Amino acid sequence: MTEVVVETKHLTRRFGAVVAVRDLNLQIFKGEVFGLLGPNGSGKTTTIRMLCGLLAPSEGTAIVAGVDVREAPDRIKELIGYMSQRFGLYEDLTVAENMDFYAGIYGLEGPSKRGRIAEVVSFLGLDRRLGQLAGTLSGGWKQRLALACSMMHRPPVLFLDEPTAGVDPAARRGFWQTIHSLAAQGTTIIVTTHYMDEAERCIRVALLSQGHLIALGHPDEVAAQVGQGAKTLEDAFVALQERDEQEQA
Amino acid sequence: MKRFGPMFRKEFIQMRRDRLTLAIMTGIPVIQLLLFGFAIQTDVRHIPTVVFDESRTPTSRDVIAAFENTGNFHIVAHVDGRDALNDWIARGDAQAGIAIPHDFPRNLARGTTATIQVIVDASDPLSSQAALAAAAGVAQVRNLAILSAAANRTELPIETRVRPRYNPGLRSPNYIVPGLVGVILTITMVLVTAMAIVRERERGTLEQLIVTPITKTELMLGKIAPYVGVGLIQMTTVLLLGRFVFDVPLTGNVLLLYSIALVFVVASLGLGLFVSTLVKTQQQAMQAAFFFVLPNILLSGFMFPRQAMPALFQWIGALLPLTHFLKVLRGILLKGVGVPELWREMVILLVFAAALIALAVRRFQKTLD
Repeated sequence: MTEVVVETKHLTRRFGAVVAVRDLNLQIFKGEVFGLLGPNGSGKTTTIRMLCGLLAPSEGTAIVAGVDVREAPDRIKELIGYMSQRFGLYEDLTVAENMDFYAGIYGLEGPSKRGRIAEVVSFLGLDRRLGQLAGTLSGGWKQRLALACSMMHRPPVLFLDEPTAGVDPAARRGFWQTIHSLAAQGTTIIVTTHYMDEAERCIRVALLSQGHLIALGHPDEVAAQVGQGAKTLEDAFVALQERDEQEQA
Repeated sequence: MKRFGPMFRKEFIQMRRDRLTLAIMTGIPVIQLLLFGFAIQTDVRHIPTVVFDESRTPTSRDVIAAFENTGNFHIVAHVDGRDALNDWIARGDAQAGIAIPHDFPRNLARGTTATIQVIVDASDPLSSQAALAAAAGVAQVRNLAILSAAANRTELPIETRVRPRYNPGLRSPNYIVPGLVGVILTITMVLVTAMAIVRERERGTLEQLIVTPITKTELMLGKIAPYVGVGLIQMTTVLLLGRFVFDVPLTGNVLLLYSIALVFVVASLGLGLFVSTLVKTQQQAMQAAFFFVLPNILLSGFMFPRQAMPALFQWIGALLPLTHFLKVLRGILLKGVGVPELWREMVILLVFAAALIALAVRRFQKTLD
């Protein structure tokens, strides 16, 4: 079988009495585009924060690119790229300056830095934007720049948090093509989202609800697993959200 | 520490592009120096004075001339009644009034005590003190002349010879400008670092940074290091303007001054970092910094003598790094003293710098998680 790049075993995280993530078991393969799907408060963000080494698990383990998040949370950060939903780059720096900064932060120097930046620029088509201030880019170009910065160090695992929220449809399609071609080159991509069109572009999705994994598989299979008459992923998602709201009420 | 370099470069580019920060860093020193240097004069001269001369004799006119010759009084009006005199002072058109009664020349000639009344508007403490001192001086000079003539003496029995050391001309700029170096460094260092860090938090760029391998120490040091340079440039600007515009001396060892200033700047940056951990927005950072600036100006001895304050406020003042740095500034610039006289302040500033940075780093790490 294909190589497992991210694996969680009984991964659990509590905040006081609240269990944000409960006994999560996942295997994510090399070159996969994997979706973590769920309503707000389902435990997506907590899971991602544990996988990025930002938050220690209360119980269980997670191995990311061969490294245990409990043992070496700082080493993890060299092996992953992270692109947040909110544009996290410097709007008062140019495209080139942002890339130069992140390449430096990821430890690249001299000719290898210049070479890698040139490579990423041509892969993402940023050539003609280099001198532009990041703050003046459109939503689609901002996403590309953010992706460029998060992949400077050729991370084997890339986390994308609602990557195409607020991006126009044409730019969105282009972005997903890029993501799939990155995956084809062997990068494992984990997308967290509650947008159906993003979830449906994933190879497999894990559906989370109140910290539990309730369905896992191809987007169509997940819909079937949820049951309750759900035919599409969206039906499944809405059914879940309603159930959560009823339980909370 | 290999990621310190990129962080430093990035911060430097941002600093150059940010108009508000640039304005704070260049505007504050120049404007404050000109304001404080030109506007603040602690020696009050030309107090507007109204005169009510009831006797209208050569003797009384002679006394009035003596008052005017001190330079402290500037006669703006002669009135013919006590009510009119009070009105002038009440309206604020005059801050002092001199009333000479009709029996003044007669008493003087007879050898009994002749009185002159001087009324001062004490709602303004500095000018009323100057007026009181000058009025007492006028009487004393006269008395001395009359008494020594009567006693047939030409030499004074006792004379105090006062030597105003380190600032012989008693010039205000000599006192204000060195202090201003410390005040400006405090304001800008605290404000600019607090804002620079809160800005990363506010704009969401910190979120992206903490998922990279950069360590918290690299992040923080790279962020504050450019401002050390800014602080030293500001200090140079103020010292040069002080030297060439206000003629403030640079008596002592300038290298020693810069070394101690470096320690002071680090302490102030530590404070700025600390403030950044307490606030959420840039606006709050600005308010917090200004809240902090006021005690620095009032209690550090920059404008008001600390000896005059109640013990509690002297202690609070001693907790401000600026208080100790002011001693260093005035010591080196005006007195020309060195390490033997200033070692205590140097030790205190070093302790402040180490403690503030340590405290700020600890809190900063907590707020990142």
